[in-house]
Amino acid sequence: MPSKQIPVVEMKNITKKFGDFTANNKINLTVYKGEVHALLGENGAGKSTLMNILYGLYPPTSGEIYINNKLVEIKNPNIAIQHRIGMVHQHFMLVKPFTVTENIILGMEKTNRFGILDLKKAAAEVKELSQKYALLVNPDSRIEDITVGMQQRVEILKALYRGADILILDEPTAVLTPQEIYELGKIVHNLTNEGKSIILISHKLKELKIMADRCTIIRRSKYIDTVDVSKTSEEELAAKMVGRKVSFVVDKEPKTPGEIVLSVKDLMVKDNRGISVVNGLNLEVRRGEILGLAGIDGNGQSQFLEAITGLRKVESGKILMNGADITNHTPKEIFESKISHIPQDRQNRGLVMDFTVAENMILETHSNKPFSKNGVMDHHQIKSFTTKLIEKFDIRPTDETKIAGTLSGGNQQKVIIAREVTHDPDLLIAAQPTRGLDVGAIEYVHESLVKQRDENKAVLLISLELDEVMNVSDRIAVMFEGKIVGLIDAKKADMETLGLMMAGGGSA
Amino acid sequence: MIKKFLKLFSNHTLLFTLVSILLGLIIGALILLAAGYNPLQAYGVMIQGIFGKPKYLSYVIIRSTPLILTGLSIAFAFRTGLFNIGAEGQFIIGSTTAVAVGYFLHLPMILHIPLVIVCAIFAAGFWGGIAGYFKARFGVNEVISTIMLNWVALYLQNFLIYTHGFQKPGGEVSYSIQPTASIRFLNEWKLSDEGTQWLIEHPFWRDFFKTPINWGFLIAIAVAVLLWFILKHTTLGYRLRAVGFNPNAAEYGGINVKKNIVISMTIAGALSGLAGAVQVMGVSHNVSLLAAMEGYGFDGIAVSLIGSSTPAGCVLAGLLFGALKYGGPKMQPAMGAPSEIINIVIGIIVFFIAMPQLIRLLLKFTQKKKETVTETVEIDYVG
Repeated sequence: MPSKQIPVVEMKNITKKFGDFTANNKINLTVYKGEVHALLGENGAGKSTLMNILYGLYPPTSGEIYINNKLVEIKNPNIAIQHRIGMVHQHFMLVKPFTVTENIILGMEKTNRFGILDLKKAAAEVKELSQKYALLVNPDSRIEDITVGMQQRVEILKALYRGADILILDEPTAVLTPQEIYELGKIVHNLTNEGKSIILISHKLKELKIMADRCTIIRRSKYIDTVDVSKTSEEELAAKMVGRKVSFVVDKEPKTPGEIVLSVKDLMVKDNRGISVVNGLNLEVRRGEILGLAGIDGNGQSQFLEAITGLRKVESGKILMNGADITNHTPKEIFESKISHIPQDRQNRGLVMDFTVAENMILETHSNKPFSKNGVMDHHQIKSFTTKLIEKFDIRPTDETKIAGTLSGGNQQKVIIAREVTHDPDLLIAAQPTRGLDVGAIEYVHESLVKQRDENKAVLLISLELDEVMNVSDRIAVMFEGKIVGLIDAKKADMETLGLMMAGGGSA
Repeated sequence: MIKKFLKLFSNHTLLFTLVSILLGLIIGALILLAAGYNPLQAYGVMIQGIFGKPKYLSYVIIRSTPLILTGLSIAFAFRTGLFNIGAEGQFIIGSTTAVAVGYFLHLPMILHIPLVIVCAIFAAGFWGGIAGYFKARFGVNEVISTIMLNWVALYLQNFLIYTHGFQKPGGEVSYSIQPTASIRFLNEWKLSDEGTQWLIEHPFWRDFFKTPINWGFLIAIAVAVLLWFILKHTTLGYRLRAVGFNPNAAEYGGINVKKNIVISMTIAGALSGLAGAVQVMGVSHNVSLLAAMEGYGFDGIAVSLIGSSTPAGCVLAGLLFGALKYGGPKMQPAMGAPSEIINIVIGIIVFFIAMPQLIRLLLKFTQKKKETVTETVEIDYVG
């Protein structure tokens, strides 16, 4: 926390309307020099809109922006950069085949007097910059070869290279592993020590508690409060964000698991590059239990998941569902063997974003009765089916003709959950089901999973969030380098043991 | 009333298209002006050349028919996320097959016509399916494979024309199809005593029927309706659209993506083949040696684009295209204005449609103006 409170950014009474919709309604934000200021709010609350206004991507409908006490009009990102504002978007804007240096200097390339690109000098500058802020990257690596965490550093360096003193980080931890999040925390600390101010867009309370000094909360396009993070509890923050009390603990009754539903034996799966990433995996999931699969990203979870759902070829080993062999069956056959799947990438796998909600609801079942007969669809049946689910699962807006891509992330996930749960599966696979969702929606997803378990279904939960795995699961399996390295009762699990196992050290 | 009208434009597609057409005509007018011709007079000649006589209308319909079908072919593939550049070649395969089946077989009309159509559809469907199979099996980009297949088709037709038994002696054309395979309107009746009598009594229709007007247009309309039904109301259409929008989600949903790519290209090929067959059966009755592509398939790309890849849009865009292509060149004899202008106009229309962003900007500009106007009006009212 800086000793002297010098405001560097002041946004006053910012209102932004898109047609009839008000995305920001008289929002105030003051950021001091050298502080980490979090912008907290649910998905669709208007955080990103506010930051896009600050970065010159949208003009505000009304309101004023002061940078270093001077009234400014930020018409486009170039002007924002001139005012030393930098933004790291949630989805990185990097040229993948280019090197780190090439990406950083893109658009402001230095040339020698013959007009030829001086990459050596640029690489030296990048190196200097990365050492100054302890943002360690190899300037000569290609973006496609480095991890997501590294790519984020490149984005931050890009902004610093352009002289940014005010850095906007949009959901920076959404794509990172726990280790990378820890590293990011250190980087943020280094930056503020050098006098940079950081605006952190987030809805993850835990990280925000660790990283931020102050926090401005926005709810449903309106300004709610600005608080001192160290003096406010997580529960208080959550309540301000959602507008009601939120429970962090998942309530569930003890339950004795039943017979084995899914059984995986000595599974071997390769990734896209042909490298074996699932190496002799053994796992059993029983009726009436939630089995949580913990692990650091990149230990073969995605490929394992794709293999059991028929989206990736199994090299060797067996997958049995209710005793029947489903190894290398098509996704349709696997679906018919009563496996439902909430995919980890809901926008790319789970939904056809250009389809309506109704069309998405019948993705797997469109050729079944009553949705179609002899190849002709019954739109009336589809509509009444969807309307029922929209009501039952509280999907908003309550309009089955809405295009899925226009729904908020939480509601998109509700569409998928509604669809998959309604298939009445014996096994529900939920992969990263709460990624990118806000507190209210997370609570809802977790309740849905527990409800499936209570209805005596088997649930396989795959998540990179250790908290989630520990909270929701009955048993926890830890995956490391394509194998299950430990299997423990969730009640007896503690963060440290699990963390150690996830890193490949020790087993239960 | 105006609100209702504006609601029609709510998705902006129709509005964009109309604005693009208008801009194309305006810029065409400027070019005419620059070249020293009176654009109003030139467009007057063109409109006269389209609507002036029943015969002209008849020709517009004839010109539009193959373009509607190739447009539908490209639009259909496009809905599955495929770019069918091969309409040209599929058209050639369709027309060649139609000539072969129409000339070599001797059957009663009621069998002959459907058989010719079915054979042309199958041959061209197979031709399109090749590109689909290559894409599904080996990942070959359909743009590349269909362009190559276009040339294969062209030289295949030229080769057949030089084949003994197929080539009409003394010309670089094939034999003509049997009369039983022709789909011209009332061909025999027109020449019968009763027919001539009726036509003399009805001069409008006499003029209209002077042309090789045929059933092709109605076939094209029926096909457009069928495609609309397939896309909107069948599981096949649902699957094809799902694959087009997001193959990953389609695969996740249990849809066989590869199979649907082949199906889509096969249907697209069949549609272009039908265009070729209809052209042969209704208008040309034979095929001739081709020095270059005739352009039915490539014009179909523009028709599909202007029609925003919807069946109804393709019918309207095909008619527009047919009208411009038929009426436009009449500028030349009437006033010496170069008929190429009309190709420029078409080019500009396509150009603007491909650039919705620019039109969106233009619309925004006019809307802003409107907003300020309404504001002042309100102030006046309050005052």
